[in-house]
Amino acid sequence: MFKKQLSIKNIVAIGIGAAVFIILAKFVSLPSPVPNTSIQTSYAFLALMAVVFGPIAGALIGLIGHALNDAISYGSVWWSWVVVSLFVGFIIGLVAKRIDIESGVFNKSKLITFNVVQIIAQAIGWFLIAPVLDILVYAEPANKVFVQGLFAGVSNMVTVGVIGSILLFAYSKTRTQSNSLHREL
Amino acid sequence: MAVEMLSYIERKSPVHELTGVTKLLCFIIWSTAAMLTYDTRILLFLFILSIVIFIVSKIKVKEISFILIFILIFLLLNNIAIYLFSPQEGVKIYGTSHILFEIVGRYNVTIEQIFYQLNITLKYFTVTPVALLFIVTTHPSEFAASLNKIGVSYRISYAVALALRYIPDVQRDFRNIALAQQARGVDLSSKEKLSKRIKNAASIMIPLILSSLDKIETISNAMELRGFGKNKERTWYSARLFQSKDYIILAVFVLMLVGTLVITFHDGNRFYNPFL
Repeated sequence: MFKKQLSIKNIVAIGIGAAVFIILAKFVSLPSPVPNTSIQTSYAFLALMAVVFGPIAGALIGLIGHALNDAISYGSVWWSWVVVSLFVGFIIGLVAKRIDIESGVFNKSKLITFNVVQIIAQAIGWFLIAPVLDILVYAEPANKVFVQGLFAGVSNMVTVGVIGSILLFAYSKTRTQSNSLHREL
Repeated sequence: MAVEMLSYIERKSPVHELTGVTKLLCFIIWSTAAMLTYDTRILLFLFILSIVIFIVSKIKVKEISFILIFILIFLLLNNIAIYLFSPQEGVKIYGTSHILFEIVGRYNVTIEQIFYQLNITLKYFTVTPVALLFIVTTHPSEFAASLNKIGVSYRISYAVALALRYIPDVQRDFRNIALAQQARGVDLSSKEKLSKRIKNAASIMIPLILSSLDKIETISNAMELRGFGKNKERTWYSARLFQSKDYIILAVFVLMLVGTLVITFHDGNRFYNPFL
């Protein structure tokens, strides 16, 4: 089943998606009101790609993009957080069919579905998976990693909620709706 | 805007001559060993060994110093954060408390805490040189071939190869778009209001994303025309055959991993405790 789903287009989407993810993570982070932290726009892009290309592509863009970015910019890969990117991409991708962005319609109910799912996925990812793996693998103090996770999670939820929704809306505008033709009289 | 990235550095050295597969496997073994153990003696041994490998590779410290400085700053911040959040972590792990001096409340300085944080730092020092070396001594296209060789499906390996290949292209696109938008007055810095900044970020991201989606279309058509994915397997232009030194190095690394695990876990504890 897995092999069937990975069409050529998905493979290319994973490759290019990972490259864009890396560029966004490196260059497009906005200074936020909280000192010393920035808003990462790459997760909004990950959410868009997951909705357009489905769960497998979403998961692999998260995995490859995050791991390669860690490797080329920090020299080592922080696996416990890479797993979260994979997880978030996968879960958001699960609603790809329901949102059906290719139909060109991105209305209020789809907007709500998208945001509910992204908040649940990121809550599990950042508040649970990342800290627990940090403790198991790196034996870091529990309260430190939970605060870090909480912080990363909340800021990513807001980013995906705002920028992700804007991106989805803009993308849906570029798709042709099914009844967009009018007969000229 | 030029942000430096790690990339392949061409050179003639014993490390470069190993096949990508060997280096990938050694890197995985090394990270596993360093990740699992907290035994100070092993970490020290691995750290010294990694420096030896680094010297053998003929990569100069100057060539990767920008990353090293970054990592050192990160380690410093991380250590401060660990101490602020959990000044008694070392005492909890090692079970004893040798207080050097008190600061305030639960914040005192114990030998155990210093030793614990030293271990965490050492752990990074052990992994970093090898990870850096792996990145700068393995050619990107050989890396994809190696992934396939160790069992990753060739479709996914190819996706990794595509990502590495297109990072510079996407970066160039991004720069053009960002400059064009800045010329129109789009500002991402903190001079602008946050809500405006977010809107401005979207106005750079949307053209970048749409042009990337076009790219996906073009590349996947080109691949389809060339019959990509028709066969179960695929050969790689840059794959190299194993030589005897690859087998020797791999055997040494596997032995090292086994040794590490035995020494670490024989007393049922990941931590080496000098305080007992």
